[in-house]
Amino acid sequence: MRKPLVLRHPSILVFLAVLAVFTVGVTILSTGYGTGVISTSMVKTLGKTLCLALAAVAMDLVWGYAGILSLGQMAFFALGGYMIGMWLMVARTETIVTGSLANLPIPPTAAEINQAVATQIFGVVGSDQFPAIWFLSGSLIGQLALVVLVPGLLALVFGWLAFRSRVNGVYLSILTQAMTLALALYLFQNDSGLRGNNGLSGLQNIPGLDAVPQESLSIWFFWASAVALGLGYLLVSWVASGKFGSVTRAIRDDEARVRFLGYSVESYKLVVFTLAAVITGIAGALYYPQAGIINPAELAPIASIYLAVWVAIGGRGRLYGAVIGAIVVSMLSSWFTGGRAPDVNLGFYTIKWVDWWQVLLGLSFVLVTLFAPKGISGIFDALAHLRPPRRGGTPLGPDMGALQEREAVE
Amino acid sequence: MRSIVLVLALLALVLPLSARAQTADLAGVIAQYRDQIEKPSRQTVEPVVAAIAATGPQGAALLQAWGDRLLGLRKSDGRLVIAAPEGDALHLTDAATGADLGPAPEDQVTLLRPNSGVRGLISAAMAGSALSDPDPKRRAEALEALSRKGDAAQLGLLRQAMDDPDPTLAARKQRLERLLTIQYDTDPAARIAAMQSFGGDTSLEFRASLNPILTTRRVALETIPADANVADELAVGSDIPRDAAYAMLVDAGLAPARLTPQAERATLAQHIVNGMVGGVPVIELGDEAARDRAYTALEGQGLVQPAASEDEVTAALDRFHFLDVYAEPNADVTAAARAALRGTETRIGLMQAADLSLDALSLASIYFLAAIGLAITFGVMGVINMAHGEFIMMGAYTGYVVQQFISDKTISLIVALPLAFAVTFAAGVALERLVIRHLYKRPLETLLATFGVSIALQQLAKNIFGTQARPLTSPGWLDGALTFNDIVSISYIRIAIFVLALVFLGLYLFIMNRTRLGLEVRAVTQNPGMAASMGISPDRINMLTFGLGSGIAGIAGVAIGLFAKVTSELGSDYIVQSFMTVVVGGVGNIWGTLAGAALIGFLQKGIEWFNPANTLAAQTYMILFIIIFIQFRPRGIIAAKGRAAVGA
Amino acid sequence: MSALLEVSGISVSFDGFRAINNLSFAIAECELRAIIGPNGAGKTTFMDIVTGKTRPNEGQVLWGENSVSLLKLNEAQIARAGVGRKFQRPTVFEDQTVAENLTMALKAARGPFRVLWWKPGLETEARVTALAMEVGLDAHLARKSGELSHGQKQWLEIGMLLAQEPRLLLVDEPAAGMTLAEREQTTTLLRRLAQRHAVVVVEHDMDFVRRLDCKVTVLHEGSVLAEGSLDHVTANPQVIEVYLGRG
Repeated sequence: MRKPLVLRHPSILVFLAVLAVFTVGVTILSTGYGTGVISTSMVKTLGKTLCLALAAVAMDLVWGYAGILSLGQMAFFALGGYMIGMWLMVARTETIVTGSLANLPIPPTAAEINQAVATQIFGVVGSDQFPAIWFLSGSLIGQLALVVLVPGLLALVFGWLAFRSRVNGVYLSILTQAMTLALALYLFQNDSGLRGNNGLSGLQNIPGLDAVPQESLSIWFFWASAVALGLGYLLVSWVASGKFGSVTRAIRDDEARVRFLGYSVESYKLVVFTLAAVITGIAGALYYPQAGIINPAELAPIASIYLAVWVAIGGRGRLYGAVIGAIVVSMLSSWFTGGRAPDVNLGFYTIKWVDWWQVLLGLSFVLVTLFAPKGISGIFDALAHLRPPRRGGTPLGPDMGALQEREAVE
Repeated sequence: MRSIVLVLALLALVLPLSARAQTADLAGVIAQYRDQIEKPSRQTVEPVVAAIAATGPQGAALLQAWGDRLLGLRKSDGRLVIAAPEGDALHLTDAATGADLGPAPEDQVTLLRPNSGVRGLISAAMAGSALSDPDPKRRAEALEALSRKGDAAQLGLLRQAMDDPDPTLAARKQRLERLLTIQYDTDPAARIAAMQSFGGDTSLEFRASLNPILTTRRVALETIPADANVADELAVGSDIPRDAAYAMLVDAGLAPARLTPQAERATLAQHIVNGMVGGVPVIELGDEAARDRAYTALEGQGLVQPAASEDEVTAALDRFHFLDVYAEPNADVTAAARAALRGTETRIGLMQAADLSLDALSLASIYFLAAIGLAITFGVMGVINMAHGEFIMMGAYTGYVVQQFISDKTISLIVALPLAFAVTFAAGVALERLVIRHLYKRPLETLLATFGVSIALQQLAKNIFGTQARPLTSPGWLDGALTFNDIVSISYIRIAIFVLALVFLGLYLFIMNRTRLGLEVRAVTQNPGMAASMGISPDRINMLTFGLGSGIAGIAGVAIGLFAKVTSELGSDYIVQSFMTVVVGGVGNIWGTLAGAALIGFLQKGIEWFNPANTLAAQTYMILFIIIFIQFRPRGIIAAKGRAAVGA
Repeated sequence: MSALLEVSGISVSFDGFRAINNLSFAIAECELRAIIGPNGAGKTTFMDIVTGKTRPNEGQVLWGENSVSLLKLNEAQIARAGVGRKFQRPTVFEDQTVAENLTMALKAARGPFRVLWWKPGLETEARVTALAMEVGLDAHLARKSGELSHGQKQWLEIGMLLAQEPRLLLVDEPAAGMTLAEREQTTTLLRRLAQRHAVVVVEHDMDFVRRLDCKVTVLHEGSVLAEGSLDHVTANPQVIEVYLGRG
């Protein structure tokens, strides 16, 4: 009776096809499984970029569809990373410690191994005890559950508090920023239980897979990231389509009016915010094993703002826009800051991109906001001859952040 | 005691001579007693000291150096020199003439090391003579030295020299005499009387004189001696943990050590026989119960020391008393000291609260200064300017650049303040004209666009000024602090910032309520359409308002730069707090910003007081508090009221 | 006949200004009622209170057979209880199609998870088409509502109101900005609605009210000045003074 989601929205199909081609292409060119044109570190960078793209998709759901400019998304991202990192670190250290203790004349007791692992991990913060929050760290299943639960619960509690008191617009943005700042400051303390500013490290070594070289492992993670992105994209597309998506966009445009239709705006925002947090947490859990290290600097407010920047440059309210924005800007950023971009010699001054990329990014961001509010995906619209509706009169609602020239997801 | 009398007698002999001896040649004295100076002995050194003391100020300097073990012989020529440490090297002065001999490496000088007995004589001679010196300055110096480190001998000297023509010094002597009495008098009644004479005095020196009396030592004793001055008996388990108590007994050799897992393991490892320990296979020893079995078996074979069992530990702990014992034997004295210290505590608490309030007030002024510009742009125009922090930074760098051209700190500050205003005013107007003007009614996009400006400006500052911190030095008259007493003090810079905050509050109120611009701004805020129809250009007003807000940020930047390091991240350090101030205070009202700044300032200091070691935690809790506060007052402390607010 | 909505003794003030002053009002099921009054009489504030947007400082708002207090409910709950509201300015979701707007308003479960799993069926599609036909927008179902004319938006909003199937409709100045023909149509529609719903029309325009031919409540300075048929209230000297005395 009704066509499946992907057929109603052909852009999803196109996106998944492009993602699949890209994934297979990278695999064929990789060092681990193919010709070796793409180095392992490049594969890792691409894998990480896919995770960032997933976070951007979630950000787009929250911002582009529900109109909540959350400047704290990276808090969920990092929490996901921390949760998986705890298991990785404990399991890995346990292997090492058991190996070294096995040489002693008397076999170690479980308590001794535990003690040695704790000393190994927490020695840097002057402790030899596992903090209480590590109670599940020995169990992969447990920590995987926490990857979903911890960001989800944080979003649920924070969102409930914020939406209940009808904090919105810029107030809400500032509050989310404060949330991530508070969390970052907390994690910077040595007695936070997550190794303070040392963070968790050595996450690229997957316990039990010591025999697998990083070349292959990087491709495994790359595939996992691609699958996660594909599934996340499908999930978010499904949520954002249909009546739920309709209500969500209506909330973005005029939430008071939605209330008078009998919808509990707060519950909808809460569902969207929490769902996005969970997706972001999962993205983080895939990102940090590829990055190898996580520390509280990852939660700095600026990181979350960058996420918003990617989505804005890619084009809000379009999921593929968010993905394009995340990929283009983060890849460009690593190209420029990695010192690979050629310097520009002006005769009197040489522009070193390492120094000037940030300036360029800031300014181009201003320009995009001013002149291309639809971002890169605006180009696709132009190609598809989609025109904004002929608009008469007033802006979309009392929420002045409501977009004026935005179409529904196609 | 005898030696004191001896010294006093000696001094009595020397003092009348001092008038004549004033002219005595120090060099001569040195030459005469050279051997004695180089290798002094407690028995024979007294006349030497007296002779040197008699030669006047240079002699005193020599004695001082000698006592401080800074008198030495220069290896090159054997000259007697006073050495002052200067970095890794020594700065030398001729001991006889006071002539500057310049710096010398440490190994060029053999420092004399008189023993403590000799040094006692030297300091007594110096203090005694100085306390009665005709020069009031020297008497004051001597008293100062005495207050830093007095002892029983000096109490006697001080009592000899109580008369003083200068009333201030006389009072000082009185006070010092009482302080030393508390610590060193032999008569407990006199000590207690001295303590009580201070009443609720909160000075550091009074408390410092009480503290040594109240120091305790923790001991474990089977019977409590009758003469022990016990401060507290500790109950095992509640006052002192069981493990710690037993560890005391073990350390004192009063009980056998308990078997720690490490020790057990090591012992077992020594007794592996054919892959078995005490009949238990080694393979099985990865288990605590199996290890205990093995150890017990070894105990049974008499191969290892039996470890203290849990019952033995309990018995030992029951047998002993764990006490905190005062070093001071007299119970009356310690009781009086305790009472006196308690008496000071309330007053100290109040003063600490006052000091904390001053700190909080200055922090609040900083937040107010940082936030006021933001409050203007946010409150009046509904525009969030994420680049506000970078305007603060620009102000600070303006101050730094001005100081590169004008070396006089006061003048450069006077130039920097209006210049910073001008620079950031211009930057603000430019930002408004080029970016924000096109984004009115799209506040979230303004937020992001200004963020783009913010990262560009930050990087630009990094490219121009580098990543290292640049100093912005405050003028000399802002150095130091206004000190009310030992506890309550506030630095002049902070006072200046407080004053600056007040000035800006006044200025804002004046502009808004007394000028044409303020009237127009208020009109545009309330009803832009109506204002426009009355001939007020909202465009121009928005531009000026934004410029004004940015300009104030620039001035705040100069102020903040005076006490914080000027880096490209200076602004972002303050931006979140500034937002919090505005949000907590309530938008569109200067009193709200003031209340928000006060709340955040006092809150932060308050939390820091509870947990002084951890400023990170303080900030975390403060932000949490604000998030929760917003729940109850979503529109801030001073909310805009009325129909508009309900609908907004 | 018991009242569907009973408002008694409500007062509300903003910054000391008493917008509503001890106002009492009741409406029965299937009654059509017009509220008139000069600017600032408190008509919109009254609607805000009933729909939960504004909380009164004192007084009671009781609803339905069980006399539920509406003051304890939030806007969404009041809307679900059966109070529909049409705003003065047409507020439709301009970014979405006419069909989407109507589907959203359609009486159905409102919880986020129920909505997430909601699927359009033949029945709902038929209902949407029927509603669109009723307000004359059946040709525009797939168009973005932002592209509609002002009058069409008014109609769409009325359609959304109908889709909610409320028991009480609060209609704020429905005739504003409409052509004469559209007014005629609106009058007919309101009268027809009143056969199955309670309808409160807030209006400025005396001619329009006269055409509605119903009981009229006159508000002035936040309280009821007069109540009765239009002829009755227009004969009231106080009403004349309020309306005419100020020119």
